[in-house]
Amino acid sequence: MKVAAAGVAVAVLLALPAVLNAYALTVFVLIFFYAYLGQAWNIVGGYTGQLSVGHAAFVGVGGYTAAMLAASDWAITPWAGMFVGGALAAVLGGIIGYLGFRFGLRGFYFVLLTVAFAEVCRIVVSNVDALGGALGLYITFTGNPRQFQFQDQRAYYYVALALMLLATGVAALLERRRFGIYLTAIREDEAACEALGVPTFRYKMLAMLVSSFLTGLGGTFYAFYLFSLQPNTVFGIPLSVEIIIRPIIGGAGTLLGPILGSLILTPLGEVSRAYFGQSGLHGAHLVVYGVLLIAVVLFLPQGAYPALRQLFTRKRA
Amino acid sequence: MSQPLLSVTGLGKRFGGLQAVKDLTFEVGEGEIVALIGPNGAGKTTAFALISGFLTPDGGRVTFVGRDLRGLAPHEVNALGLARTFQIMRPFPRLTVVRNVMIATLGRHPGVAEAERRARAVLDELGLGAKADLPAGGLTLAERKRLELARALGTEPRLLLLDEVMSGLNDAETERIVDLVRAINARGVAILLIEHVMRAVMSLAQRIVVLNYGERIAEGRPDAVANDPRVIEAYLGDEETAAAPA
Repeated sequence: MKVAAAGVAVAVLLALPAVLNAYALTVFVLIFFYAYLGQAWNIVGGYTGQLSVGHAAFVGVGGYTAAMLAASDWAITPWAGMFVGGALAAVLGGIIGYLGFRFGLRGFYFVLLTVAFAEVCRIVVSNVDALGGALGLYITFTGNPRQFQFQDQRAYYYVALALMLLATGVAALLERRRFGIYLTAIREDEAACEALGVPTFRYKMLAMLVSSFLTGLGGTFYAFYLFSLQPNTVFGIPLSVEIIIRPIIGGAGTLLGPILGSLILTPLGEVSRAYFGQSGLHGAHLVVYGVLLIAVVLFLPQGAYPALRQLFTRKRA
Repeated sequence: MSQPLLSVTGLGKRFGGLQAVKDLTFEVGEGEIVALIGPNGAGKTTAFALISGFLTPDGGRVTFVGRDLRGLAPHEVNALGLARTFQIMRPFPRLTVVRNVMIATLGRHPGVAEAERRARAVLDELGLGAKADLPAGGLTLAERKRLELARALGTEPRLLLLDEVMSGLNDAETERIVDLVRAINARGVAILLIEHVMRAVMSLAQRIVVLNYGERIAEGRPDAVANDPRVIEAYLGDEETAAAPA
């Protein structure tokens, strides 16, 4: 039943570009990409309950790494560079996780730690000329698939879709294994986990490593889809908020929450950005986000997906 | 006598100006049931936290299955076969009852299917089988007490530390836990329990250690301890601390 539904959904998504116009295609690319980042964040932020608000840093590290490697004398293809970028993002994630988890920073303190690291990255990169400084890096368009560039926008659509499915697959796999089951318990009560023999530090670290690695992979897509990397955008708090708000609204710690959240928020963000932007109210889409977030916190504190599921099971019963 | 399962020697812990546990020494033998009793604030729960690795002692030593537990994290202590329950129960409220127990069984059985099979077996044994697939947050107090027990048992311990698993229960529920504890012990699991329900302590324990102000003031067989003047004074003599044993 579940597998069949998932199969149908994937088939529809595979066929969709045939009927989408260019603008709708762009919106879908963003839906998939933010759903992907949301899934990656969800592993440590949702399932494990370690609220990182610095995940933009991993996007930045991943994107800069792949872009620098591609532009270097070795001209390493971003298809390989993305894994180097993911690995470096995981190193950063490991450092943040070690400091946070070893020294027992919880709640607000962990949030501040993650924000601080992202800000440090932003400021460092802004001031290193070799990395483009405050202006950032620009990638020349070649349209060469080897350079992670495509003439046809539909290629980006499929790459973004593949990323989303990959992260969803990883999350689905984790959910069924000891690893994922431990993570959900760590979110609920760490001391009780320890009493039951769960090495909580090790599992929180692993969650952070997987999450930051996947987020770092996403950085390459970001760089080669937008052809530019600016430290204020890729390491900035606004991007971190974009990453976490979708899984939270969709349902943190659920498999479909990040996807549902992105399906709701990404089009909303795009439409309101375009609408308010036309009337000169730049940034007003953030007000829409804010209102929606307040509504979710008040009325659906578990997020949209668990609420939907409850609605359906109640109807069936 | 062979080496005891658990041996606590000269254990001490101070919180600021309060000496919570002072020079505490006692042993638990293989398959034994020992009760740790004393008025409120006597240091019983602190002693549990020191033994199970949740607190670091200021001095003294805890040895379990011949190993010094100094510096071990709680999960490492648990892996050696020493499981504890919490006085203030800590179920994972949003996880189902069976998932709660699987967190315990997964330690020794990494395969999810096998861990679930064992978790369900433990729940059946403790009379929670029918509740297995409900969220733990919805259980009654008595059920949560048994879940706490089920989870500790799920880690397949050789020694079980039970912190007031009967408090707040009615007579029938208490009787049920007493029977369960006895059955668990009959399988060879040694038990160290903190309990205020004296009737249960007297019927279960082979040996009682009495604490007052962090110090051991008496130790022995239940009947001997019950008639010990120091114990009677600790409970009844000083009106300030007269926490009547229920």
